Amino acid sequence: MIALIGRELRLSLRHGADTAAALLFFIIAGTLFPFALGPGPTTLSAIAAGVVWVCALLAALLPLDRLFGADFEDGTLDLLLLSGLPAYGVAFAKTLVHWLTTGLPLLLIAGPLAVMLRLPAEKVGLLLLTLTPGTMLLSLLGTLAAAITLGARSTNVLMPLITLPLMIPTLIFGAAAVTSPHPAAALYMLGAMLLAALPLAPLAAGAALRAAAE
Amino acid sequence: MHLLTADNLAVFRGERLVLSNVSFALSNGGILLLRGANGAGKSTLLRALAGLTPLAAGTLRWGGEDALEDMPEHARRIAWLGHLDAVKPALTAAEHVGVAALAAVGLSAYAELPARLLSAGQKRRLAIARVVASAKPLWLLDEPTTGLDAASVAQFLGLCQAHVAQGGMIIASTHLDLELSDAKVLEL
Repeated sequence: MIALIGRELRLSLRHGADTAAALLFFIIAGTLFPFALGPGPTTLSAIAAGVVWVCALLAALLPLDRLFGADFEDGTLDLLLLSGLPAYGVAFAKTLVHWLTTGLPLLLIAGPLAVMLRLPAEKVGLLLLTLTPGTMLLSLLGTLAAAITLGARSTNVLMPLITLPLMIPTLIFGAAAVTSPHPAAALYMLGAMLLAALPLAPLAAGAALRAAAE
Repeated sequence: MHLLTADNLAVFRGERLVLSNVSFALSNGGILLLRGANGAGKSTLLRALAGLTPLAAGTLRWGGEDALEDMPEHARRIAWLGHLDAVKPALTAAEHVGVAALAAVGLSAYAELPARLLSAGQKRRLAIARVVASAKPLWLLDEPTTGLDAASVAQFLGLCQAHVAQGGMIIASTHLDLELSDAKVLEL
């Protein structure tokens, strides 16, 4: 699995434009809100956490269609399934690489973006705390959606249609944790969802990969 | 004693029954060539033998045990060469298989070249190098000589003979009359 992760990371570095596109989308989408709503700190600070969360969610979707798509088209998926790793192991490795190359960079940029959107300084740490499990959930559920839609004709349309509804609970609890005066409950919910998704999403994605390979 | 035995295999592709009542047996050092017209099910049979496509009926045994019961274990004895090369354009040839394996297929000079700059035949040789480097006992090869010139085909046949001489097994689909000694032929 370590060899697979290393190879996937190397491929991601060689296709750096894909990662850069997701990050640029995140930044540009976030900066559109002050232009549309005005630079007033009251309005912006009230919506900053939600804006960062929604933009992160949408940005994380961008690389998903290539997560398995290229492997499916060039025959690599067969090799991955015959690598000796169980299919869920392949899915987990892909999830981890998606988080390392998309979720983690989004997390690093989220802080400056939140400050630009006038999120109170004392809330920035909490936002990043929610985004850490949040981006992991995005990667887990996104990988599942990518596996389910593999081989479908309209992947680009199906992907958000499957992923976005799955992400709504994460979005609700993630944004609520930042804005609520009592964030602990929402943080616990995020943690619980992550603990549930960690084994289940790769298992389901693995089954979907095997079905796509048939 | 045969190491790999297939009894009355049947395989669907989608809703269509592509193969039925396919049986064969293979021992160490054995070669089985799959022949048949386009659509006869050669690739489907190879995928079924690899466990990529489920069997609708029949049994595949390895050493007397159900070969497909433990898929990760089955995968560890299979070297797979599909009709697609599974070559990543952004990786170099050496990053695909390692420098040592490239020598076996005459690609040492291209070790540091990104695979996107290789010709179709060179990519096929790179895929063959991956099979050779795997050191797995059973090679499943789907039209392995596609895109290869005569010299590369001869080199490939040499690699096959060396593999079976060491006790390995090969099952390959092909349209060509590959000159492999003691190869069995299964017409589909």
